[in-house]
Amino acid sequence: MRTIRFLLQKEFTQIFRNKPIMGMMMIVPIVQLLILPLAANYEVKNINLAVVDHDHSTYSQKLVSNITASGYFRLISFGNSYSKAYQLIESDQADLILEIPPDFERNLIRDNKQKVLIAVNAINGTKANLGGAYLNTIIRNYNEDIRMQFVQNEKKSPIPLIEIKPVNWFNPLMNYNLFMVPGILAILVTMIGSYLTALNIVKEKEVGTIEQINVTPIKKHHFILGKLIPFWVLGLLVFSLGLSISFIVYGIIPLGSLLLLYEFVALYLLSVLGLGLLISTYCETQQQAMFIAFFFVMIFILMGGLFTSVESMPPWAKIVAKLNPVTYMIEVMRMIVLKGSGFNDILPHLVKVLLFALFFNSWAVWNYKKTS
Amino acid sequence: MITLNHICKTYGKEKKIAVNDISLSVNKGEIFGLIGPDGAGKSSIFRILTTLLLADSGTATVDGHDVVTDYKHIRKSVGYMPGKFSLYPDLSVEENLKFFATLFNTSIRENYHLIKDIYMLLEPFKNRRAGKLSGGMKQKLALCCALIHKPTVLFLDEPTTGIDPVSRKEFWEMLKRLKKQEITILVSTPYMDEASLCDRIALIKNGKILSINTPDHIIKDYPDNLYKIKSDVIYTLLKDINLHSNTQSCFTFGEFLHVSFLSDTESMQQELLNYLSKKGHLNIVMEKTVPGIEDCFIHLLKKPA
Repeated sequence: MRTIRFLLQKEFTQIFRNKPIMGMMMIVPIVQLLILPLAANYEVKNINLAVVDHDHSTYSQKLVSNITASGYFRLISFGNSYSKAYQLIESDQADLILEIPPDFERNLIRDNKQKVLIAVNAINGTKANLGGAYLNTIIRNYNEDIRMQFVQNEKKSPIPLIEIKPVNWFNPLMNYNLFMVPGILAILVTMIGSYLTALNIVKEKEVGTIEQINVTPIKKHHFILGKLIPFWVLGLLVFSLGLSISFIVYGIIPLGSLLLLYEFVALYLLSVLGLGLLISTYCETQQQAMFIAFFFVMIFILMGGLFTSVESMPPWAKIVAKLNPVTYMIEVMRMIVLKGSGFNDILPHLVKVLLFALFFNSWAVWNYKKTS
Repeated sequence: MITLNHICKTYGKEKKIAVNDISLSVNKGEIFGLIGPDGAGKSSIFRILTTLLLADSGTATVDGHDVVTDYKHIRKSVGYMPGKFSLYPDLSVEENLKFFATLFNTSIRENYHLIKDIYMLLEPFKNRRAGKLSGGMKQKLALCCALIHKPTVLFLDEPTTGIDPVSRKEFWEMLKRLKKQEITILVSTPYMDEASLCDRIALIKNGKILSINTPDHIIKDYPDNLYKIKSDVIYTLLKDINLHSNTQSCFTFGEFLHVSFLSDTESMQQELLNYLSKKGHLNIVMEKTVPGIEDCFIHLLKKPA
């Protein structure tokens, strides 16, 4: 116990003297939480629309004004030549073309049906998808409006109509920040845990101090604990800092138990610390450690469901995501913060993260040899 | 105190030999020097004895403990100072010392008498970071850290490499004082002049021992008479003497050349002097001289194994 206390004392002295690292540990959560949620926004606005109107009727006029009034679209050209509009798409000025055929109004009233053409520039997949979907919805609504009008005009009993009213649970206003911020907190904890631990141990190898330590009677587990505990504490500190920022800036208060949240983060940190430790046992220089840690953390973050949901991944990617501790961390963060999930809800995640912690740490300890 | 029995060590897939069947023993309270050029295998021997490296074959003991099966005892009772400075550069002098004292479950106060002489020189800098010390100061601090737990055996791997002559001299004086405390010291150095300061030395080359003896005996064993010769132009002198048929060996040694002859008679010496005058050398000086460790080392290197 005494040995560990002195190891910790030494470790913290060194960490606090390392001004750039200390500074970064404070700055990283602030910058990430302030900038990332605002920039990484999926909502698509300002879709450039070119309208080709061959009809020039009241109805076509009304359709176009319905579309522009939605706020998602910006009308950049209004003409009667499809090829001209197509040129706009080619020069990347327009994302969508809406072509209204001649006799749009007449056919609609006389034959009760009419077709319009939507051409989408699909180079930017997200924009194309969402833009097309928005436009479809607007046209459908417009269509229903007309039908209602017709029905009322003919003074018949109203036709049955299913109206769809979506209700957004857990994030009623579809506030994007509410979704991103817990995920970013998860990433923060992952980075602190894995990078700093790996680099710190490899530094001892690089400077040669590990040689000096190895000829002392100090025990293997003392040395490892002396390395893990400081970063475990720092990880929790940075997490708290991030949580405070998300409250102050975004007003996010975890719906679930704060204690449960901390319990999970504490356990999760053990697994990423184990990963860092494992990387350090395979590296001789800080450069190697940095690169390997970066590689894994990068994949873990991209495959962890922060930006793209795991459910929409192809089957093989789902398997990768299941073998990724970050996935569980991000999920649990969102569950506790947004949904207010309790202990029983996150129990499967807890078990899996515990398994990761055991797996990484025992592999690392097995590979950490005192004699070369 | 320290014994090595037929220790061999190879590195890598090509089985590069670092230590080749080395056997030696060091007595209690002795300063034993491993003398040899870079790459002779000195550091490998140190790493095997300090339980950092496993030998391929052979056995070794330190203070009666086997380096493989009893490594825990060894780690408690030896002090090791690696060739490369390996203390924490971001901790201060005092913090480093305190840290290593605690690792051995002791305190600076308990063993202060051991390091007092050395630490007094460091005291004015005790709050300075170890990384900011000069080379000589770093070595003194490393020695303090290796001594703070009162080891019975001290392993010093090239402690004076890269240190100025004054600090080197001081360092050896410290070792002499430690010897009085009955601490066994195994020290390696590439400097031949330091060899004579050891009680016994082993000359090592390419992982093999060339000779083990006291420095005096090694010098006494030098078989030939040695002469030092100089003239105005030392470079051509070296070339000319090497061309002479009676020359056994000739190499530069400070401002002189050290020469030994195949047939060492007055007439042959006179003949050489005539030969050199004929070659146009002026102010030729030739005197008999006492061989040093370096002469012995070069002699042993040239001797066919």
